[in-house]
Amino acid sequence: MTVNGTRYDRDVEPRTLLVHFLREELGLTGTHVGCDTSYCGACTVIVDGRSVKSCTYLAVAADGADVRTVEGVAVDGTLHPVQEGFWERHGLQCGFCTPGMIMSSVALLEQNPAPGEGEIRHAIEGNLCRCTGYHNIVRAVEYAAAKMRGEEPPAPDWEVPS
Amino acid sequence: MYPRKFDYTAPRTIADAVAALAGDEGAKVMAGGMSLLPLMKMRLLSPATIVDIGRIDGLDRIEDRGDHIAVGALVRHAETAASDLVQTHAPALARAASLTGDVQVRNKGTTCGSLAHADIAADQTAAVIALGATMVATGPGGTREIAAADFFVDTLTSALAPDEILTEVRIPKGGSGSAYDKLGRRGGRSDYAVAGAAAWVDKTNGSITAARVAVTGVGTKPMLVEAVGAALVGTDGSPEAIAAAAEHATEGVTLLEDLYGSEEYKAHLAKVYAARALTEALGG
Repeated sequence: MTVNGTRYDRDVEPRTLLVHFLREELGLTGTHVGCDTSYCGACTVIVDGRSVKSCTYLAVAADGADVRTVEGVAVDGTLHPVQEGFWERHGLQCGFCTPGMIMSSVALLEQNPAPGEGEIRHAIEGNLCRCTGYHNIVRAVEYAAAKMRGEEPPAPDWEVPS
Repeated sequence: MYPRKFDYTAPRTIADAVAALAGDEGAKVMAGGMSLLPLMKMRLLSPATIVDIGRIDGLDRIEDRGDHIAVGALVRHAETAASDLVQTHAPALARAASLTGDVQVRNKGTTCGSLAHADIAADQTAAVIALGATMVATGPGGTREIAAADFFVDTLTSALAPDEILTEVRIPKGGSGSAYDKLGRRGGRSDYAVAGAAAWVDKTNGSITAARVAVTGVGTKPMLVEAVGAALVGTDGSPEAIAAAAEHATEGVTLLEDLYGSEEYKAHLAKVYAARALTEALGG
């Protein structure tokens, strides 16, 4: 399969899950294992353009596929607008869900460059954040969407005490 | 969590897939794997062989066949939900597919896979029953057709034989409308259905000439509740007629209490959602 633009040829046991292949075989540990039951979305990667849960995906079924992980979204050390949005709008606290949130958000913005707040919330329905950080995650995606459209991102919705 | 060890085969034709199933009692079909793999990881199920049908050409289509539309075995929930054909001729199925799982699940899981899995709280099961769909099973002896209302036999049990594959579901065109709605386990419409109902109606000259309602989540299997449709036929489809018909929503249903509600609560929800689905199917 191709992962973040690099082709890898490996023999795997049929039961090897894509997330374990990425983490243990290729050393790409940015993709996290959270609930391991296909609920939490921490393991989200993009396979052939579609966001999927790599904990519920046989690596062998991704034979020949184009896989993108969180390690592949920044280009030459420059953060992807979605990563920048999470930074600028405090879209993370502990950071565990963040790789999955970023991949779901990247997939959303590739399909819908101008999502409304409801569409953003619907798009990250399959990603759980236990720091209860959804509000700022939505703001982070709005920031990224504006940047990717070449527009000025909306101002942060917090006030800095004077 | 790793599943137990298994052999894996990815045949390129339906015939080869059926042969692989027929020759191996411990074999299971996998399309998207969104139902099968979690069971295997929790070791509730440990098939000896996975027959991955994901590389068979021609199963990933939604086709217009004149008097019906056909949804192939590899059509993903997201594709069913977004399809103009399904939205036009089977809005209940498009809606149910859009409410199945979450984005990532809908990107990988398949409509036919969910139907074959026959979960008691799945969404599209109720939709295909209400729409009067026909399930096409392909086995060693060729294909056979099974009415959707007869397909769901019991909890997690369909009418498919172990060596049969659900290769497509056919939904007849016609009727004046259909709809699906549910209460999800995570509140709103998220996650599996605590209770859900699909409705299909045909209304001519102000009178209901045919109606079907199916419920999911409330009983031991998704099922057609004939009494609702029977009570609605001949009426004008008014809110009062819908409310009266929906009172029958649990007739013949073996209610099942679970973590999400008592039998009494589920019976109440079945009536509420039957009425909502009928109202929406009638354009209300």
